[in-house]
Amino acid sequence: MPELGKYAAEVLSAYGVSLLLLAALVGLTLLRGRAARRALEEVEAEAGRRG
Amino acid sequence: MSLWQYANPVKFLALSERVQPVLWALAAVFVSVGLLWGFFGTPDDARQGSTVKIIYLHVPAALMAINAWFMMLVASLIWLIRRHHVSALAAKAAAPVGLVMTLIALVTGAIWGQPMWGTWWAWDPRLTSFLILFLFYLGYIALWQAVEDPDTAADLTSVLCLVGSVFAVLSRYAVQFWNQGLHQGTSIPVATGNRSVADVFFYPLVLAMIGFGLLFLALVVYRTGTEIRLRRTAALRARMNRGA
Amino acid sequence: MKALLLRDLRLALRAGGGFGLGLAFFLTVTMLVPFSVGPEATLLKAIAPGVLWLGALLACLLSLDRLLALDLEDGSLELLLTAPLPLEGALAIKALAHWLTTGLPLVLAAPFLGVMLQLAAPGHLWLLASLALGTPALSVIGMFGAALTVGIKRGGLLLSLLVLPLYIPTLIFGAEVARRGSAGLDASTPLLMLAGLTLAVVALMPFAAAAVLRMGLR
Repeated sequence: MPELGKYAAEVLSAYGVSLLLLAALVGLTLLRGRAARRALEEVEAEAGRRG
Repeated sequence: MSLWQYANPVKFLALSERVQPVLWALAAVFVSVGLLWGFFGTPDDARQGSTVKIIYLHVPAALMAINAWFMMLVASLIWLIRRHHVSALAAKAAAPVGLVMTLIALVTGAIWGQPMWGTWWAWDPRLTSFLILFLFYLGYIALWQAVEDPDTAADLTSVLCLVGSVFAVLSRYAVQFWNQGLHQGTSIPVATGNRSVADVFFYPLVLAMIGFGLLFLALVVYRTGTEIRLRRTAALRARMNRGA
Repeated sequence: MKALLLRDLRLALRAGGGFGLGLAFFLTVTMLVPFSVGPEATLLKAIAPGVLWLGALLACLLSLDRLLALDLEDGSLELLLTAPLPLEGALAIKALAHWLTTGLPLVLAAPFLGVMLQLAAPGHLWLLASLALGTPALSVIGMFGAALTVGIKRGGLLLSLLVLPLYIPTLIFGAEVARRGSAGLDASTPLLMLAGLTLAVVALMPFAAAAVLRMGLR
Protein backbone atom coordinates (compact mmCIF):
# COMPACT_ATOMS: atom_id res chain seq x y z
CA MET A 1 0.00 0.00 0.00
CA PRO A 2 1.55 3.36 -0.96
CA GLU A 3 1.60 6.24 1.50
CA LEU A 4 -1.38 8.37 0.52
CA GLY A 5 -0.95 11.00 3.22
CA LYS A 6 -3.84 13.28 4.14
CA TYR A 7 -5.70 12.68 0.89
CA ALA A 8 -6.10 8.91 1.40
CA ALA A 9 -9.88 9.15 1.69
CA GLU A 10 -10.24 11.08 -1.58
CA VAL A 11 -7.96 8.86 -3.62
CA LEU A 12 -9.41 5.62 -2.29
CA SER A 13 -13.00 6.74 -2.73
CA ALA A 14 -12.29 7.91 -6.30
CA TYR A 15 -10.84 4.51 -7.16
CA GLY A 16 -13.60 2.71 -5.27
CA VAL A 17 -16.47 4.53 -6.97
CA SER A 18 -14.92 4.28 -10.43
CA LEU A 19 -14.12 0.59 -10.20
CA LEU A 20 -17.57 -0.08 -8.81
CA LEU A 21 -19.22 1.76 -11.71
CA LEU A 22 -17.05 -0.06 -14.25
CA ALA A 23 -17.76 -3.42 -12.60
CA ALA A 24 -21.50 -2.69 -12.62
CA LEU A 25 -21.35 -1.74 -16.29
CA VAL A 26 -19.43 -4.87 -17.28
CA GLY A 27 -21.59 -7.07 -15.05
CA LEU A 28 -24.89 -5.76 -16.41
CA THR A 29 -23.57 -6.02 -19.96
CA LEU A 30 -22.60 -9.66 -19.46
CA LEU A 31 -25.86 -10.55 -17.71
CA ARG A 32 -27.94 -8.98 -20.47
CA GLY A 33 -25.79 -10.65 -23.12
CA ARG A 34 -26.25 -14.09 -21.56
CA ALA A 35 -30.01 -13.62 -21.31
CA ALA A 36 -30.19 -12.52 -24.95
CA ARG A 37 -28.12 -15.53 -26.04
CA ARG A 38 -30.40 -17.92 -24.13
CA ALA A 39 -33.59 -16.34 -25.47
CA LEU A 40 -32.33 -16.56 -29.04
CA GLU A 41 -31.35 -20.22 -28.62
CA GLU A 42 -34.79 -21.04 -27.22
CA VAL A 43 -36.60 -19.31 -30.06
CA GLU A 44 -34.36 -20.85 -32.68
CA ALA A 45 -34.91 -24.32 -31.21
CA GLU A 46 -38.66 -23.75 -31.23
CA ALA A 47 -38.59 -22.45 -34.77
CA GLY A 48 -36.52 -25.50 -35.75
CA ARG A 49 -39.08 -27.88 -34.18
CA ARG A 50 -41.90 -26.24 -36.05
CA GLY A 51 -39.85 -26.48 -39.22
CA MET B 1 -34.77 -8.40 -47.23
CA SER B 2 -31.73 -8.49 -49.45
CA LEU B 3 -28.97 -10.93 -48.74
CA TRP B 4 -26.28 -8.62 -47.47
CA GLN B 5 -28.56 -6.97 -44.94
CA TYR B 6 -29.17 -10.36 -43.45
CA ALA B 7 -25.61 -11.55 -43.83
CA ASN B 8 -23.93 -8.60 -42.22
CA PRO B 9 -25.21 -9.10 -38.67
CA VAL B 10 -24.30 -12.76 -38.96
CA LYS B 11 -20.82 -11.91 -40.19
CA PHE B 12 -20.53 -9.36 -37.42
CA LEU B 13 -21.45 -11.95 -34.81
CA ALA B 14 -18.91 -14.42 -36.21
CA LEU B 15 -16.19 -11.79 -36.25
CA SER B 16 -17.05 -10.56 -32.77
CA GLU B 17 -16.84 -14.10 -31.36
CA ARG B 18 -13.30 -14.32 -32.72
CA VAL B 19 -11.95 -10.93 -31.65
CA GLN B 20 -13.69 -10.68 -28.30
CA PRO B 21 -11.37 -12.87 -26.20
CA VAL B 22 -8.39 -10.87 -27.46
CA LEU B 23 -10.15 -7.53 -26.87
CA TRP B 24 -11.23 -8.36 -23.33
CA ALA B 25 -7.79 -9.74 -22.45
CA LEU B 26 -5.96 -6.70 -23.83
CA ALA B 27 -8.40 -4.33 -22.13
CA ALA B 28 -7.95 -6.11 -18.79
CA VAL B 29 -4.15 -6.04 -19.11
CA PHE B 30 -3.90 -2.37 -20.10
CA VAL B 31 -6.44 -1.12 -17.56
CA SER B 32 -4.97 -3.08 -14.67
CA VAL B 33 -1.34 -2.33 -15.53
CA GLY B 34 -2.10 1.35 -16.08
CA LEU B 35 -4.12 1.71 -12.88
CA LEU B 36 -1.82 -0.45 -10.72
CA TRP B 37 1.29 1.32 -11.99
CA GLY B 38 -0.41 4.64 -11.45
CA PHE B 39 -1.65 3.75 -7.98
CA PHE B 40 1.42 1.95 -6.61
CA GLY B 41 4.30 3.02 -8.84
CA THR B 42 4.12 6.80 -9.13
CA PRO B 43 5.28 9.45 -6.65
CA ASP B 44 3.04 12.13 -5.18
CA ASP B 45 2.84 15.45 -6.92
CA ALA B 46 4.63 18.33 -5.19
CA ARG B 47 1.48 20.44 -4.94
CA GLN B 48 -1.38 18.01 -5.27
CA GLY B 49 -0.03 15.26 -3.03
CA SER B 50 -1.48 11.83 -3.59
CA THR B 51 -4.64 13.18 -5.25
CA VAL B 52 -2.69 13.20 -8.51
CA LYS B 53 -3.37 9.45 -8.64
CA ILE B 54 -6.98 10.23 -9.53
CA ILE B 55 -5.75 11.36 -12.95
CA TYR B 56 -5.44 7.73 -14.11
CA LEU B 57 -9.22 7.38 -13.82
CA HIS B 58 -10.35 10.92 -14.51
CA VAL B 59 -8.57 11.63 -17.80
CA PRO B 60 -9.19 8.26 -19.53
CA ALA B 61 -12.87 8.33 -18.52
CA ALA B 62 -13.29 11.89 -19.77
CA LEU B 63 -11.54 10.99 -23.01
CA MET B 64 -13.82 8.03 -23.61
CA ALA B 65 -16.91 10.01 -22.61
CA ILE B 66 -16.30 12.31 -25.58
CA ASN B 67 -15.03 9.62 -27.95
CA ALA B 68 -18.07 7.45 -27.25
CA TRP B 69 -20.37 10.26 -28.41
CA PHE B 70 -18.16 10.77 -31.46
CA MET B 71 -18.38 7.07 -32.27
CA MET B 72 -22.18 7.24 -31.90
CA LEU B 73 -22.23 10.20 -34.29
CA VAL B 74 -20.26 8.27 -36.93
CA ALA B 75 -22.40 5.17 -36.44
CA SER B 76 -25.59 7.27 -36.73
CA LEU B 77 -24.35 8.80 -39.98
CA ILE B 78 -23.57 5.34 -41.38
CA TRP B 79 -27.06 4.19 -40.44
CA LEU B 80 -28.73 7.22 -42.03
CA ILE B 81 -26.71 6.91 -45.25
CA ARG B 82 -26.15 3.17 -45.68
CA ARG B 83 -29.08 1.74 -43.65
CA HIS B 84 -26.67 -0.66 -42.01
CA HIS B 85 -28.47 -2.24 -39.04
CA VAL B 86 -25.34 -3.20 -37.14
CA SER B 87 -24.30 0.45 -37.21
CA ALA B 88 -27.51 1.67 -35.59
CA LEU B 89 -27.30 -1.04 -32.94
CA ALA B 90 -23.65 -0.19 -32.24
CA ALA B 91 -24.65 3.40 -31.55
CA LYS B 92 -27.37 2.16 -29.21
CA ALA B 93 -24.89 -0.18 -27.51
CA ALA B 94 -22.32 2.57 -26.99
CA ALA B 95 -24.61 5.11 -25.30
CA PRO B 96 -24.81 3.56 -21.81
CA VAL B 97 -21.03 2.99 -21.85
CA GLY B 98 -20.51 6.66 -22.67
CA LEU B 99 -22.96 7.60 -19.93
CA VAL B 100 -21.00 5.65 -17.32
CA MET B 101 -17.71 7.12 -18.55
CA THR B 102 -19.17 10.62 -18.20
CA LEU B 103 -20.38 9.77 -14.72
CA ILE B 104 -16.92 8.48 -13.72
CA ALA B 105 -15.29 11.63 -15.07
CA LEU B 106 -17.77 13.80 -13.13
CA VAL B 107 -17.51 11.87 -9.87
CA THR B 108 -13.72 11.56 -9.85
CA GLY B 109 -13.54 15.22 -10.81
CA ALA B 110 -15.73 16.18 -7.86
CA ILE B 111 -13.69 14.06 -5.46
CA TRP B 112 -10.48 15.57 -6.84
CA GLY B 113 -11.86 19.09 -6.84
CA GLN B 114 -12.83 19.01 -3.19
CA PRO B 115 -9.26 19.05 -1.74
CA MET B 116 -7.68 21.00 -4.63
CA TRP B 117 -10.20 23.77 -5.26
CA GLY B 118 -11.96 23.53 -1.90
CA THR B 119 -15.27 22.65 -3.52
CA TRP B 120 -16.98 19.55 -4.91
CA TRP B 121 -18.50 21.39 -7.77
CA ALA B 122 -17.88 24.65 -9.56
CA TRP B 123 -19.76 26.05 -12.56
CA ASP B 124 -16.60 25.83 -14.56
CA PRO B 125 -16.87 25.48 -18.37
CA ARG B 126 -15.38 22.00 -18.47
CA LEU B 127 -17.45 20.65 -15.62
CA THR B 128 -20.58 22.23 -17.00
CA SER B 129 -19.89 20.88 -20.49
CA PHE B 130 -19.62 17.37 -19.08
CA LEU B 131 -22.85 17.78 -17.20
CA ILE B 132 -24.49 18.84 -20.47
CA LEU B 133 -22.96 15.81 -22.20
CA PHE B 134 -24.44 13.65 -19.45
CA LEU B 135 -27.90 15.12 -20.18
CA PHE B 136 -27.48 14.44 -23.90
CA TYR B 137 -26.66 10.80 -23.17
CA LEU B 138 -29.73 10.52 -20.93
CA GLY B 139 -32.01 12.00 -23.59
CA TYR B 140 -30.55 9.77 -26.30
CA ILE B 141 -31.02 6.60 -24.24
CA ALA B 142 -34.53 7.64 -23.18
CA LEU B 143 -35.54 8.19 -26.81
CA TRP B 144 -34.28 4.71 -27.78
CA GLN B 145 -36.41 3.23 -25.02
CA ALA B 146 -39.50 5.25 -25.82
CA VAL B 147 -39.91 4.40 -29.51
CA GLU B 148 -41.35 0.95 -30.15
CA ASP B 149 -40.54 0.30 -33.79
CA PRO B 150 -36.80 -0.48 -33.91
CA ASP B 151 -36.09 1.11 -37.30
CA THR B 152 -37.98 4.28 -36.42
CA ALA B 153 -36.10 4.40 -33.13
CA ALA B 154 -32.81 4.08 -34.99
CA ASP B 155 -33.82 6.90 -37.36
CA LEU B 156 -34.98 9.28 -34.67
CA THR B 157 -32.04 8.68 -32.34
CA SER B 158 -29.61 9.10 -35.24
CA VAL B 159 -31.00 12.54 -36.06
CA LEU B 160 -31.05 13.43 -32.37
CA CYS B 161 -27.38 12.41 -32.18
CA LEU B 162 -26.55 14.64 -35.16
CA VAL B 163 -28.50 17.66 -33.92
CA GLY B 164 -27.31 17.01 -30.38
CA SER B 165 -23.69 17.05 -31.53
CA VAL B 166 -24.12 20.47 -33.08
CA PHE B 167 -25.80 21.78 -29.95
CA ALA B 168 -23.20 20.14 -27.69
CA VAL B 169 -20.44 22.02 -29.53
CA LEU B 170 -22.48 25.23 -29.39
CA SER B 171 -23.06 24.75 -25.67
CA ARG B 172 -19.35 24.20 -25.15
CA TYR B 173 -18.53 27.59 -26.67
CA ALA B 174 -21.48 29.29 -25.02
CA VAL B 175 -20.40 27.94 -21.66
CA GLN B 176 -16.84 29.13 -22.21
CA PHE B 177 -18.20 32.55 -23.03
CA TRP B 178 -20.36 32.49 -19.93
CA ASN B 179 -17.70 31.67 -17.37
CA GLN B 180 -13.94 31.31 -17.31
CA GLY B 181 -13.03 28.42 -15.12
CA LEU B 182 -10.89 26.84 -12.48
CA HIS B 183 -10.07 23.76 -14.51
CA GLN B 184 -6.60 23.49 -15.96
CA GLY B 185 -6.11 23.16 -19.71
CA THR B 186 -5.65 19.92 -21.59
CA SER B 187 -2.94 17.79 -19.98
CA ILE B 188 -1.74 16.29 -23.24
CA PRO B 189 -2.29 18.69 -26.15
CA VAL B 190 -1.65 16.51 -29.17
CA ALA B 191 -1.21 19.37 -31.61
CA THR B 192 1.59 21.22 -29.85
CA GLY B 193 3.24 18.23 -28.22
CA ASN B 194 4.09 20.22 -25.08
CA ARG B 195 2.46 18.09 -22.47
CA SER B 196 2.16 19.48 -19.00
CA VAL B 197 2.40 16.07 -17.33
CA ALA B 198 5.82 14.77 -16.21
CA ASP B 199 7.04 11.46 -17.65
CA VAL B 200 6.55 9.50 -14.39
CA PHE B 201 2.84 10.28 -14.53
CA PHE B 202 2.60 10.20 -18.29
CA TYR B 203 3.42 6.56 -19.07
CA PRO B 204 0.89 4.91 -16.74
CA LEU B 205 -1.65 7.50 -17.88
CA VAL B 206 -1.17 6.53 -21.51
CA LEU B 207 -1.55 2.86 -20.59
CA ALA B 208 -4.77 3.61 -18.71
CA MET B 209 -6.08 5.65 -21.66
CA ILE B 210 -5.37 2.80 -24.10
CA GLY B 211 -6.93 0.41 -21.59
CA PHE B 212 -10.14 2.45 -21.29
CA GLY B 213 -10.30 2.66 -25.07
CA LEU B 214 -9.96 -1.12 -25.40
CA LEU B 215 -12.50 -1.67 -22.64
CA PHE B 216 -14.93 0.61 -24.46
CA LEU B 217 -14.36 -1.31 -27.69
CA ALA B 218 -14.83 -4.69 -26.02
CA LEU B 219 -18.02 -3.53 -24.30
CA VAL B 220 -19.46 -2.04 -27.48
CA VAL B 221 -18.69 -5.14 -29.57
CA TYR B 222 -20.25 -7.38 -26.94
CA ARG B 223 -23.30 -5.16 -26.44
CA THR B 224 -23.84 -4.83 -30.18
CA GLY B 225 -23.91 -8.63 -30.37
CA THR B 226 -26.49 -8.62 -27.59
CA GLU B 227 -28.64 -6.10 -29.46
CA ILE B 228 -28.43 -8.16 -32.66
CA ARG B 229 -29.54 -11.27 -30.79
CA LEU B 230 -32.42 -9.45 -29.12
CA ARG B 231 -33.54 -8.04 -32.45
CA ARG B 232 -33.35 -11.47 -34.07
CA THR B 233 -35.25 -13.08 -31.21
CA ALA B 234 -38.03 -10.52 -31.56
CA ALA B 235 -38.15 -11.04 -35.34
CA LEU B 236 -38.37 -14.84 -34.99
CA ARG B 237 -41.07 -14.53 -32.32
CA ALA B 238 -43.10 -12.23 -34.53
CA ARG B 239 -42.76 -14.59 -37.49
CA MET B 240 -43.87 -17.59 -35.42
CA ASN B 241 -46.84 -15.70 -34.02
CA ARG B 242 -47.90 -14.79 -37.53
CA GLY B 243 -47.52 -18.39 -38.60
CA ALA B 244 -49.48 -19.76 -35.62
CA MET C 1 -49.11 28.99 -46.06
CA LYS C 2 -51.02 32.02 -44.97
CA ALA C 3 -54.10 29.88 -44.48
CA LEU C 4 -52.11 27.50 -42.27
CA LEU C 5 -50.78 30.39 -40.20
CA LEU C 6 -54.25 31.84 -39.75
CA ARG C 7 -55.70 28.44 -38.88
CA ASP C 8 -53.06 27.82 -36.21
CA LEU C 9 -53.52 31.29 -34.77
CA ARG C 10 -57.30 30.88 -34.63
CA LEU C 11 -57.03 27.47 -33.00
CA ALA C 12 -54.65 28.82 -30.38
CA LEU C 13 -56.80 31.87 -29.63
CA ARG C 14 -60.02 29.91 -29.34
CA ALA C 15 -61.12 28.94 -25.86
CA GLY C 16 -59.19 25.87 -24.73
CA GLY C 17 -56.52 26.53 -27.31
CA GLY C 18 -53.93 27.18 -24.67
CA PHE C 19 -53.36 30.84 -25.46
CA GLY C 20 -52.66 32.72 -22.27
CA LEU C 21 -51.80 29.59 -20.33
CA GLY C 22 -48.10 30.15 -20.96
CA LEU C 23 -48.48 33.75 -19.95
CA ALA C 24 -50.27 32.80 -16.73
CA PHE C 25 -47.55 30.25 -16.02
CA PHE C 26 -44.88 32.91 -16.54
CA LEU C 27 -46.64 35.25 -14.12
CA THR C 28 -47.05 32.50 -11.52
CA VAL C 29 -43.41 31.41 -11.66
CA THR C 30 -42.27 35.01 -11.32
CA MET C 31 -44.54 35.43 -8.32
CA LEU C 32 -43.17 32.27 -6.71
CA VAL C 33 -39.57 33.47 -6.92
CA PRO C 34 -39.80 36.05 -4.08
CA PHE C 35 -41.58 33.42 -1.99
CA SER C 36 -38.71 30.99 -2.47
CA VAL C 37 -35.72 33.34 -2.11
CA GLY C 38 -37.14 36.09 0.11
CA PRO C 39 -38.43 39.58 -0.65
CA GLU C 40 -35.10 41.38 -0.33
CA ALA C 41 -34.86 43.95 -3.13
CA THR C 42 -31.09 43.74 -3.76
CA LEU C 43 -31.23 39.98 -4.16
CA LEU C 44 -34.24 40.15 -6.47
CA LYS C 45 -32.57 42.87 -8.51
CA ALA C 46 -29.53 40.65 -8.98
CA ILE C 47 -31.39 37.54 -10.07
CA ALA C 48 -34.25 39.20 -12.00
CA PRO C 49 -32.78 38.85 -15.55
CA GLY C 50 -32.00 35.18 -15.05
CA VAL C 51 -35.32 34.40 -13.41
CA LEU C 52 -37.30 36.09 -16.16
CA TRP C 53 -35.36 34.26 -18.87
CA LEU C 54 -35.81 30.93 -17.13
CA GLY C 55 -39.51 31.60 -16.59
CA ALA C 56 -40.02 32.50 -20.25
CA LEU C 57 -38.12 29.39 -21.31
CA LEU C 58 -40.21 27.11 -19.11
CA ALA C 59 -43.46 28.74 -20.21
CA CYS C 60 -42.40 28.11 -23.80
CA LEU C 61 -41.50 24.50 -23.02
CA LEU C 62 -44.85 23.93 -21.38
CA SER C 63 -46.77 24.53 -24.59
CA LEU C 64 -44.57 22.39 -26.85
CA ASP C 65 -46.36 19.08 -26.52
CA ARG C 66 -49.54 20.64 -27.93
CA LEU C 67 -47.59 21.84 -30.94
CA LEU C 68 -48.08 18.73 -33.06
CA ALA C 69 -50.00 16.33 -30.82
CA LEU C 70 -53.37 18.01 -31.46
CA ASP C 71 -52.76 17.95 -35.21
CA LEU C 72 -51.91 14.27 -34.99
CA GLU C 73 -55.15 13.56 -33.14
CA ASP C 74 -57.45 15.28 -35.62
CA GLY C 75 -55.56 13.96 -38.63
CA SER C 76 -54.47 17.29 -40.05
CA LEU C 77 -50.84 16.29 -39.61
CA GLU C 78 -51.23 13.55 -42.21
CA LEU C 79 -52.78 16.06 -44.56
CA LEU C 80 -49.75 18.26 -44.10
CA LEU C 81 -47.45 15.31 -44.86
CA THR C 82 -49.18 14.69 -48.17
CA ALA C 83 -49.91 18.32 -49.03
CA PRO C 84 -48.12 20.03 -51.94
CA LEU C 85 -46.68 22.49 -49.43
CA PRO C 86 -43.18 21.37 -48.37
CA LEU C 87 -43.30 19.99 -44.85
CA GLU C 88 -40.30 22.10 -43.89
CA GLY C 89 -42.25 25.24 -44.75
CA ALA C 90 -45.37 24.04 -42.98
CA LEU C 91 -43.44 23.34 -39.80
CA ALA C 92 -41.69 26.72 -39.98
CA ILE C 93 -45.12 28.37 -40.24
CA LYS C 94 -46.42 26.34 -37.33
CA ALA C 95 -43.38 27.39 -35.29
CA LEU C 96 -44.10 31.00 -36.23
CA ALA C 97 -47.70 30.61 -35.06
CA HIS C 98 -46.42 29.10 -31.83
CA TRP C 99 -44.09 32.04 -31.33
CA LEU C 100 -46.83 34.60 -32.04
CA THR C 101 -49.16 33.01 -29.51
CA THR C 102 -46.61 32.01 -26.84
CA GLY C 103 -43.27 33.77 -27.29
CA LEU C 104 -44.50 37.23 -28.22
CA PRO C 105 -46.86 37.64 -25.24
CA LEU C 106 -44.02 36.53 -22.97
CA VAL C 107 -41.72 39.12 -24.50
CA LEU C 108 -44.26 41.88 -24.00
CA ALA C 109 -45.09 40.84 -20.44
CA ALA C 110 -41.48 40.47 -19.31
CA PRO C 111 -40.74 44.19 -18.63
CA PHE C 112 -43.78 44.44 -16.34
CA LEU C 113 -42.68 41.38 -14.42
CA GLY C 114 -39.22 42.94 -14.39
CA VAL C 115 -40.64 45.90 -12.49
CA MET C 116 -42.04 43.51 -9.90
CA LEU C 117 -38.62 41.90 -9.52
CA GLN C 118 -36.87 45.27 -9.08
CA LEU C 119 -35.03 44.93 -12.38
CA ALA C 120 -32.65 47.89 -12.81
CA ALA C 121 -33.92 50.57 -15.21
CA PRO C 122 -31.56 50.12 -18.20
CA GLY C 123 -32.19 46.39 -18.04
CA HIS C 124 -35.76 46.54 -19.34
CA LEU C 125 -34.82 47.39 -22.87
CA TRP C 126 -32.10 44.74 -22.96
CA LEU C 127 -34.43 42.15 -21.50
CA LEU C 128 -37.04 42.98 -24.11
CA ALA C 129 -34.48 42.83 -26.91
CA SER C 130 -32.92 39.58 -25.75
CA LEU C 131 -36.29 37.85 -25.32
CA ALA C 132 -37.53 39.16 -28.66
CA LEU C 133 -34.44 37.76 -30.35
CA GLY C 134 -34.22 34.55 -28.34
CA THR C 135 -37.78 33.23 -28.07
CA PRO C 136 -38.11 32.47 -31.82
CA ALA C 137 -35.17 30.09 -31.39
CA LEU C 138 -37.00 28.43 -28.50
CA SER C 139 -40.04 27.89 -30.71
CA VAL C 140 -38.19 26.28 -33.63
CA ILE C 141 -35.97 24.11 -31.42
CA GLY C 142 -39.15 23.08 -29.62
CA MET C 143 -40.70 22.21 -32.97
CA PHE C 144 -37.84 19.77 -33.53
CA GLY C 145 -38.43 18.22 -30.11
CA ALA C 146 -42.17 17.98 -30.72
CA ALA C 147 -41.55 16.30 -34.08
CA LEU C 148 -39.20 13.79 -32.44
CA THR C 149 -41.70 12.75 -29.80
CA VAL C 150 -44.99 13.13 -31.66
CA GLY C 151 -45.53 9.40 -32.13
CA ILE C 152 -44.78 8.53 -28.52
CA LYS C 153 -47.51 7.98 -25.96
CA ARG C 154 -47.05 10.20 -22.92
CA GLY C 155 -44.05 11.84 -24.54
CA GLY C 156 -44.35 15.08 -22.56
CA LEU C 157 -41.64 14.37 -20.02
CA LEU C 158 -39.34 12.91 -22.66
CA LEU C 159 -39.89 16.04 -24.73
CA SER C 160 -38.62 18.19 -21.85
CA LEU C 161 -35.59 15.96 -21.35
CA LEU C 162 -34.72 16.19 -25.04
CA VAL C 163 -35.43 19.89 -25.57
CA LEU C 164 -33.98 21.45 -22.41
CA PRO C 165 -30.34 20.58 -23.22
CA LEU C 166 -30.87 22.06 -26.69
CA TYR C 167 -32.07 25.30 -25.07
CA ILE C 168 -28.80 25.79 -23.20
CA PRO C 169 -26.92 27.99 -25.73
CA THR C 170 -29.95 30.24 -26.26
CA LEU C 171 -30.48 30.61 -22.54
CA ILE C 172 -26.82 31.39 -21.90
CA PHE C 173 -26.57 34.15 -24.50
CA GLY C 174 -30.04 35.53 -23.84
CA ALA C 175 -29.68 35.73 -20.09
CA GLU C 176 -26.17 37.14 -20.51
CA VAL C 177 -27.58 40.03 -22.57
CA ALA C 178 -30.20 40.77 -19.92
CA ARG C 179 -27.69 40.43 -17.10
CA ARG C 180 -25.05 42.68 -18.64
CA GLY C 181 -27.70 45.15 -19.74
CA SER C 182 -29.19 45.49 -16.28
CA ALA C 183 -25.71 45.86 -14.78
CA GLY C 184 -25.03 48.75 -17.17
CA LEU C 185 -22.32 46.86 -19.06
CA ASP C 186 -21.92 46.58 -22.81
CA ALA C 187 -24.17 43.74 -23.94
CA SER C 188 -23.65 43.95 -27.68
CA THR C 189 -21.41 40.85 -27.95
CA PRO C 190 -23.87 38.33 -26.48
CA LEU C 191 -26.69 40.09 -28.31
CA LEU C 192 -24.95 39.48 -31.63
CA MET C 193 -24.22 35.88 -30.65
CA LEU C 194 -27.87 35.40 -29.73
CA ALA C 195 -29.03 36.92 -33.01
CA GLY C 196 -26.67 34.67 -34.97
CA LEU C 197 -27.81 31.62 -33.07
CA THR C 198 -31.48 32.41 -33.64
CA LEU C 199 -30.99 33.02 -37.35
CA ALA C 200 -29.06 29.77 -37.80
CA VAL C 201 -31.60 27.79 -35.83
CA VAL C 202 -34.58 29.31 -37.66
CA ALA C 203 -32.91 28.50 -40.98
CA LEU C 204 -31.89 24.91 -40.20
CA MET C 205 -34.19 23.40 -37.59
CA PRO C 206 -37.34 23.18 -39.76
CA PHE C 207 -35.41 20.77 -41.99
CA ALA C 208 -34.40 18.59 -39.06
CA ALA C 209 -37.95 18.72 -37.69
CA ALA C 210 -39.48 17.75 -41.03
CA ALA C 211 -36.98 14.90 -41.40
CA VAL C 212 -37.79 13.37 -38.03
CA LEU C 213 -41.52 13.90 -38.51
CA ARG C 214 -41.42 11.92 -41.76
CA MET C 215 -39.40 9.18 -40.06
CA GLY C 216 -41.63 9.05 -37.02
CA LEU C 217 -44.93 8.85 -38.89
CA ARG C 218 -43.82 6.50 -41.64
